[in-house]
Amino acid sequence: MSRPLLEVRGLCMRFGGLLAVNGVNLSVREGQIVSMIGPNGAGKTTVFNCLNGFYRPTSGEILLDGEPIQGLPGHRIACKGVVRTFQNVRLFKEMTAVENLLVAQHQHINTNFFAGLFKTPGYRQSERAAMGRAAEWLERMSLTEVANRPAGTLAYGQQRRLEIARCMMTRPRLLMLDEPAAGLNPRETEDLKTLIGQLRDEHGVTVLLIEHDMKLVMSISERILVINQGAPLAEGTPVEIRANPDVIKAYLGET
Amino acid sequence: MPELYHYLQQLVNGLTIGSTYALIAIGYTMVYGIIGMINFAHGEVYMIGSYIAFIAITLLAMAGVDSLLPIMFVAFAASMIVTSAYGYSIERFAYRPLRGGNRLIPLISAIGMSIFLQNMVMLSQDSKDKAIPSLLPGNFVLGESAMSGVTISYMQVLIFVVTFLAMLGLSLFISRSRLGRACRACAEDLKMANLLGINTNQIIALTFVIGAALAAVAGVLLGMQYGVINPHLGFLAGIKAFTAAVLGGIGSIPGAVLGGLLLGVAEAFGADLFGDQYKDVVAFSLLVLVLLFRPTGILGRPEVEKV
Repeated sequence: MSRPLLEVRGLCMRFGGLLAVNGVNLSVREGQIVSMIGPNGAGKTTVFNCLNGFYRPTSGEILLDGEPIQGLPGHRIACKGVVRTFQNVRLFKEMTAVENLLVAQHQHINTNFFAGLFKTPGYRQSERAAMGRAAEWLERMSLTEVANRPAGTLAYGQQRRLEIARCMMTRPRLLMLDEPAAGLNPRETEDLKTLIGQLRDEHGVTVLLIEHDMKLVMSISERILVINQGAPLAEGTPVEIRANPDVIKAYLGET
Repeated sequence: MPELYHYLQQLVNGLTIGSTYALIAIGYTMVYGIIGMINFAHGEVYMIGSYIAFIAITLLAMAGVDSLLPIMFVAFAASMIVTSAYGYSIERFAYRPLRGGNRLIPLISAIGMSIFLQNMVMLSQDSKDKAIPSLLPGNFVLGESAMSGVTISYMQVLIFVVTFLAMLGLSLFISRSRLGRACRACAEDLKMANLLGINTNQIIALTFVIGAALAAVAGVLLGMQYGVINPHLGFLAGIKAFTAAVLGGIGSIPGAVLGGLLLGVAEAFGADLFGDQYKDVVAFSLLVLVLLFRPTGILGRPEVEKV
């Protein structure tokens, strides 16, 4: 068994009088695909926001590789290999697709001002390497033809793929996808499922997923955490979750 | 056609002054573009740029340097370096600790910073006018004579050339370099840029430094053009450049350049039509009109609610 990459203990997030997240525990092992499900407003996205430094949790611990990361600035967490997508795609819309991928490699390339000013050989070389990686992922996501178009002008499915590619540019260990299948047609959802599997198998990425598409969740997750009104309701394998009476009552209701 | 030449002359004068407004306006617009704050101390940074040039020129004169090129070079370099340090420190100590809270708080801090810097210069340099010697006297005439032609001073040529080079450098930096790319990403979505591993504090500091250096260029140029500087000149120049930035669409760098040039030309023609003392009236009426009829400015886009 591999060790846990991400360990969340007793996570709480309070906004004034509202306790949006209340005592969530989560353990994700390296190379696992874990999903978080729950009704709208259950606090799933808030958990994501705490994990990647958007919010500073009110209490609780977030350990990445045993190291606490709660309350660190976002770029420090990103440099540790935690990165996410958003429910509403959040690309740099005025920059081209390829620029979106280059900017995400900022932390990995030599950003010395003077190196850039004088275009030193080291700068050129790392810039070329960054460009190579970007081209590779554009190809892989079939976005090569639109590489030089502003990201905001791409079709919705393309934007979704570009956002995932942009995450991969940061060389993540933990990739958090917030409703990646929202707005995709069944074929695109099928492609997404294949892609998530490939990211894990070929790039060693651990995936934490928020998703409403139950077919997708049940077919790719190794473990599922159900959250209801900010609090954990159940945790287990897809088979266990499907059979859990609490979950059926709170969430799967009609199925 | 003396009339035509007269208008051409006003156009040249307006574009000259306007290009320096544009240089200062870029500093306002870049900072606003990234953190949504008006840096009211920016005009003072410009004023300090003039003073550094004055000090450098005076020191060189005392040392007996009298060839033009080294004097120019040292004046620009010293001024840009020192004001960059000012730009960085202002952001680091007066704004960064206040970021993340209410938007009004850094704004008030900026006003305080502006008063502080003005008084600091008054205390160290006294509040009387200082004269910067005319380094580049003389002019030439395009046309047959001064009456039927356009007179352009060498100083105006210098202003055009230097502002053009500065803007060219900036646009290459923004569009081609890695840090420029990071700047654009931050201007579009600061939080997202941060989540992708960009140290946004560094980028914010960088925009303050770039803005300050460009304001210093304007400070040196206008100091030499007018020949007189005092600790109060940052206020009016700052407000004018702010107007230029709003006119062009605050947050947009091409907008700041366009706004600066337009404002300069409007002032020149306004002064010509209504008399010199109405110059500022024309400039600020323009601001009021823009705010009334096109609050986003010429190249600005309506603010989209970010989720």
